[in-house]
Amino acid sequence: MKPIFTKTKGLTDRPFHYCPGCTHGIIHRLIGELLEEMNLIEKTIGVAPVGCSGFCENYFACDMIGAAHGRAVAVATGAKRARPDRFVFTYQGDGDGASIGLAETISAAARGERITSIFVNNAIYGMTGGQMAPTSLIGQKTSTSPYGRDAETMGFPLDLPKILTQVEGAVYVASVSVDSPQGIKEAKKALRRAFQVQLDGLGYSFVSILSTCPTNWGVNPVEALEWLQTKMKPHFALGELKVPTIEGGDAV
Amino acid sequence: MSTARTITKYKFAGFGGQGVLFIGKVLAQAGMLAKQQVTWIPAYGPEMRGGTANCSVIISSKKIGSPTVGKPNVAIVMNEASYLKFIDTVVPGGTLYVNSSLIPELPGRVDIRIVRVPVNEIAHEMGDEKVANIVMLGVMQAMIPAVPDDILEKVLLQLAGKKPALAEQNMRALKAGKEYAMNL
Amino acid sequence: MALLMKGNEAIAEAAIQAGCRLFYGYPITPSTEIPEYMAKKMKAVGGTYLQAESEVAAIYMVYGAGAVGERVMTGTSSPGFSLMQEGLSFLFAAEIPCVIVDVMRGGPGLGGLGPTQADYFQLTKGGGHGDYHAIVLAPSSVQEMVDLTKESFDLADCYRNLVIIAVDGILGQMMEPVEFPPFKGRKLEPKDWAASGAEGRPKNNVISYYLTPELGESENIRWGDKMSMMKEAEQRFVEYEMEDADYAFVAFGTSARITETAIDILREEGIKVGLFRPVTLWPFPEKGLTARLDQIKGWMSIELSAGQMIEDLKLVVNGKAPVGFHGRMGGMTPEPEDVVTAFKEQLLGGVQG
Repeated sequence: MKPIFTKTKGLTDRPFHYCPGCTHGIIHRLIGELLEEMNLIEKTIGVAPVGCSGFCENYFACDMIGAAHGRAVAVATGAKRARPDRFVFTYQGDGDGASIGLAETISAAARGERITSIFVNNAIYGMTGGQMAPTSLIGQKTSTSPYGRDAETMGFPLDLPKILTQVEGAVYVASVSVDSPQGIKEAKKALRRAFQVQLDGLGYSFVSILSTCPTNWGVNPVEALEWLQTKMKPHFALGELKVPTIEGGDAV
Repeated sequence: MSTARTITKYKFAGFGGQGVLFIGKVLAQAGMLAKQQVTWIPAYGPEMRGGTANCSVIISSKKIGSPTVGKPNVAIVMNEASYLKFIDTVVPGGTLYVNSSLIPELPGRVDIRIVRVPVNEIAHEMGDEKVANIVMLGVMQAMIPAVPDDILEKVLLQLAGKKPALAEQNMRALKAGKEYAMNL
Repeated sequence: MALLMKGNEAIAEAAIQAGCRLFYGYPITPSTEIPEYMAKKMKAVGGTYLQAESEVAAIYMVYGAGAVGERVMTGTSSPGFSLMQEGLSFLFAAEIPCVIVDVMRGGPGLGGLGPTQADYFQLTKGGGHGDYHAIVLAPSSVQEMVDLTKESFDLADCYRNLVIIAVDGILGQMMEPVEFPPFKGRKLEPKDWAASGAEGRPKNNVISYYLTPELGESENIRWGDKMSMMKEAEQRFVEYEMEDADYAFVAFGTSARITETAIDILREEGIKVGLFRPVTLWPFPEKGLTARLDQIKGWMSIELSAGQMIEDLKLVVNGKAPVGFHGRMGGMTPEPEDVVTAFKEQLLGGVQG
């Protein structure tokens, strides 16, 4: 019998621990597929964060390093500078990349580190059980903003990809969403371009992916997708926000 | 040099730009080439900018224990603040070399030798006030040689690197200092 | 031929000679000559110097480079060292070899720029979280800074453990004659654990967590066994005038140098004193000290702190003899004569430890 679909070689056989309806699994698959398609599995060093995706080193088929909370980009910098011949990516949540690791993210971008960061934004802290994230929306109820995020005292959600477009060394910045088949295709396209930017040695590449957290949002998976589409999407810049300025404009 | 155990502790002090760290380095380097044990420690940090800069040098015929110099045998002070800071630290019987171009007659001590030299004027007459530090090094070397003359000169030449004009100026300053000391 | 070199520069040069080609750091007085030297020299040897955005980032860059199996170093001073503590704990748990230099200055707080040894607790007791120890080397001359730096990379690789070179600001800033003799290293295993790209082998993960308390305990036991092994094999010390000594000082780094001069003064007065100088602060050289317990009538710890190493000394002496202390703080250093006076007051006057 001829198989018509197989699991990517970019992922191990380890079953995911993610909750039903969580989109980490989709994003993992996209990355695994690209590692395989771009023939990168054996030359990749991935860096795992702390957060829900903190065990992702068990899922990706490449060598992986587990970082401390917020330090994935610094770890990736150290690894890439040590082995410039390797493909190095970080997989981080919103807390890791935009709160505790904000300085590392912006500084690596400013240096134009030849690494790729995949930033998964679900507007909440998943692993610790639903606390406010730097990307939580105004009015969003979390366990540490039980009356809703109030701009007066808790400030505003941070749109990290938008900020990174202003940083010279960040040469590819995209913001995508995996809430629909179309969105998933666009996300894969953005990730492929981000990977290629690194392989071409152009600078820092960053892909933000809007993601769901039905468990901590307190909704079912279908409602979670709706919430992402109707509440989150309007608040964050979407699309390819910055592409390398080489001949042919966005041709990577 | 004597074969008995000898240890001499130096303090070189002035304000930033007077080259006190440099003459300390010259002396330490020369001491090393003269097969002596040496240490050199700068007073580092914000003190280096503005107030007094200083360094401590020890030249010893045997292994050096404490590298710090709280009580120098010999001190060079190039400005008034350094004079006030270090005059009381010199050990009795020691020598204090004073840049009289910048330091007025101040209360001194009878138990140490105080040598006043207008090094800025001497250097100025030579056409380069920047070598006042080397003039003072020459005075000190003439009065109580710390290392053999030829080694000191060799180090001065070495440290000038590929700048023959600077090397020549330094040698002239050293000589001027020595000549001044002969007439003291 | 001997060169006259600053301690910080000597450490940097020795690291390069030991095959370190990666340095990540953030400038801080009085350690800045280390990154400056690396910035100048790494290019010529085909290595990388990178100025991190903070000490926090620097230690994790070290983590990344060590995790892929390369020799890597950072250098800092006390406040920066404090910032690195979380990283040290992670480095230990992930068993990533690396070398860290701490050129100690005044504290607590922003403190001062003067020399101290007040990071002793942080260095030896594990400043980060969890049960761990770094190997801590405490040279007391510029030559020893070279020799121990060269060896530190071998120690790190041998045990897959972090190694810290701990000096005070004086040693970092001081120039002394120094030589770079050829170094014969240890026989080391290939780093087949490294996450360097899984070409032709199963994938490697370099991580520092465990998902179950059972695994957590067994990992801690395994690390404990490794620490016991290091404790057994790596204790080092140097003695000065100890053969016939009735009393002994214990001091490391610059305070050991000052104490040597104090001993010369006391010996001239006919008082038989010696110096026991720990070269490894961790593992603390208990075996060497224990061997002197029956001989020594009184001990005295000399430190550039309020008294930190004295706690380890007292654990070994265990009440068998009085233990005195003299220390200066905040960047001040004692004069040898002060050590002599304190010794006479505390030990010849019969103070109990």
